[in-house]
Amino acid sequence: MSFLDYFISALFLQAGYNSALVAIGAGLLGLAGGGAGAFIFLRKRALVSDAISHATLPGVGIAFMLMVAFGGDGRWLPGLIIGSAISSGIGLLMVEWITRQTRLTEDAAIGAVLSVFFGLGIVLLTIIQTMSSGRQAGLENFLLGSTAGMLISEATTIAIAGALATVFVFMLRRPMTLVAFDPEYAATTGINVRHIDLAMMGLALIVTVIGLKIVGLILIVALLIIPPVTARFWTNQVGPMIGIAAAIGGLSGYVGAVLSAAVTSLPTGPIIVLVAFGFFVISALFSPLRGGLASALRHWRFQRRVHRRQGLLALARREPIYDGFTLRILRHSGMIRRDGVATLRGKTASQKAARDEARWAMARRILPDDSAIERYDGLTPIEDMMTPDQIDEIDRVIAEQTGAPA
Amino acid sequence: MIDNLITALGAEFVQLSLTPIVIGILGAVACALPGNFLLLRRQALIGDAISHVVLPGIVAAFLVTGTITAVPMMIGAGCAAIVAVILIEIVKRLGRVEPGAAMGLVFTTLFAAGVLFLEMTDTSSVHIDVQHALLGNLESLIWFDAEGWQSLLDPMALATLPPQLPRLAVVLVGIVLFITLFWKELKISTFDAAFAEAIGIRTRVLGFALVVVTAIAAVAAFDAVGSIIVIAMFVCPPAAARLMTNQLGRQIGWSVAFAVISAILGYVFAGYGPGWFGSPYAVSAAGMIATISGIILLLACLFGPQRKRTGQRAEA
Repeated sequence: MSFLDYFISALFLQAGYNSALVAIGAGLLGLAGGGAGAFIFLRKRALVSDAISHATLPGVGIAFMLMVAFGGDGRWLPGLIIGSAISSGIGLLMVEWITRQTRLTEDAAIGAVLSVFFGLGIVLLTIIQTMSSGRQAGLENFLLGSTAGMLISEATTIAIAGALATVFVFMLRRPMTLVAFDPEYAATTGINVRHIDLAMMGLALIVTVIGLKIVGLILIVALLIIPPVTARFWTNQVGPMIGIAAAIGGLSGYVGAVLSAAVTSLPTGPIIVLVAFGFFVISALFSPLRGGLASALRHWRFQRRVHRRQGLLALARREPIYDGFTLRILRHSGMIRRDGVATLRGKTASQKAARDEARWAMARRILPDDSAIERYDGLTPIEDMMTPDQIDEIDRVIAEQTGAPA
Repeated sequence: MIDNLITALGAEFVQLSLTPIVIGILGAVACALPGNFLLLRRQALIGDAISHVVLPGIVAAFLVTGTITAVPMMIGAGCAAIVAVILIEIVKRLGRVEPGAAMGLVFTTLFAAGVLFLEMTDTSSVHIDVQHALLGNLESLIWFDAEGWQSLLDPMALATLPPQLPRLAVVLVGIVLFITLFWKELKISTFDAAFAEAIGIRTRVLGFALVVVTAIAAVAAFDAVGSIIVIAMFVCPPAAARLMTNQLGRQIGWSVAFAVISAILGYVFAGYGPGWFGSPYAVSAAGMIATISGIILLLACLFGPQRKRTGQRAEA
């Protein structure tokens, strides 16, 4: 079976029960990650989750050692998840404590917790490697994630926890939105901002610990950051943004897990992250709202309108035009002939442009307080911004002053 | 105990432990120095981002040159760091997102790409792997030809020092030079960027230069000691020093002291500590150095004389 065949069959969950379960688990994980990450992103604390994820490592090590010490299997996933949750919870509280109690800023606290917990975790891992039962522990897989040889029970655990986290995100969406946008207002409505902040980070923590096995602790933070950043390109509203972020996270997790199942030698985490990044690049380029192409197009259109307008005014004043771009635009729209002489259409349009310009100048004198004058961008036709009555009035005053009959 | 100490500091110490300790100190100080300015500019996590993108840089250098020698690797890593900084800026502008999110997006992506390249190319013949990138190989930087303290005066033996040592020493000298030469400019632009701009300091160029210096420190230290120490040393010693004093000069002095203490104690505890508990194995020196620096920071958070914000009352 070729890679593509396998990929397609896996994409539609036809490649075996186990890989289907892993893909669904990764999808649910991404869903929860994107949803929870959206709030953290709006609260501008994206990198706190990086501290949380690195702080899981000592917990994994200690849980492993404890489980072995009590005669169990050190690799039992729920045990490792609980251990990692406890240590990353301590890490999170440390970040909060350092930021609140000392004058260090949050980024310093994040960097300190991240590196120190990770260093401690590595010390514990080297101890585990010297333990007789630790040699095949495979705890290094928690760094980058791996689905190879994943047990069905583990995949189920991840899928259920991912679904639960999604439910939590949904339940807490209102207070979290409020706190993300306006913590002061949220406090006056009786919401305990600190608790909601902790809950937000708690969700990130849940996503992190259940994602350890699939994505790994170095890259799990990407599932919390990339989907919301991507979703932000598509909408300016909270509700849709969270939905889009969750969807992108879910898709990244799902497609990434399927891809890595098709190429078994590759670690899962990096693939999921790169799939998410693919969504980001597509959005950054093609989103109609804020994407690069749309902005470039808008800019180009604006530039054309400015050049057209300036060109017409120059024609009306019988000034020569030297700018190549202006000449091209006027020629293309049939305003001037090849030799630069204005056509009939060009003459009409330029007269109108000049008349409008005079109208605006007069409007500024006789209607200085009109809102249209403040809103005028120098390009919009006057008919679109003022009422016919106003324009008649302006024309009348112009006629009076030039002495011509109204 | 005294006997133990003498044997501990004998010929075997010079051969096995002296160079790793010195390299650890050089790396720690090289990172802590620029870390002071990053901390005050609220860019502490740039170090984190840079140390993540060093891996893809090294892999890219390997793919281009096909060899694993120090110079192309360091150039590759340095380029990756600069590319990352530019990408972060682009994402920040394009997506209009906060710097943290832009940073997180860029460094996770680049790190993921680095890991994938590493796994997809046949690098089994050479020694680069993710573990190495994270942990470094401080313990393996031993000085084979040393026969004791007298080897320090023996040019033949000195020539066989691990190459990381002179490299880090050069980088450290460069960093010290950069900071002393631009001391006034760095200080003013760190504390009052608008004023610095007004008196004609090119703050943007200086800021970028600081990032480049940071990247150089990260790359040089990374090769010897791994990215954990790099991240820890960018943040922990300067942060602890910040809680000790209100003066930049003294803060840098404290941070260097903390970095040196972390490197020495960390290495000693990692190498000899398990023996005190009856275990014949050593633990990761890189991890232990990071841990010690964290403990120092914790103590500074609890007892540092300047730990409070100005105007904040001491806790009752």
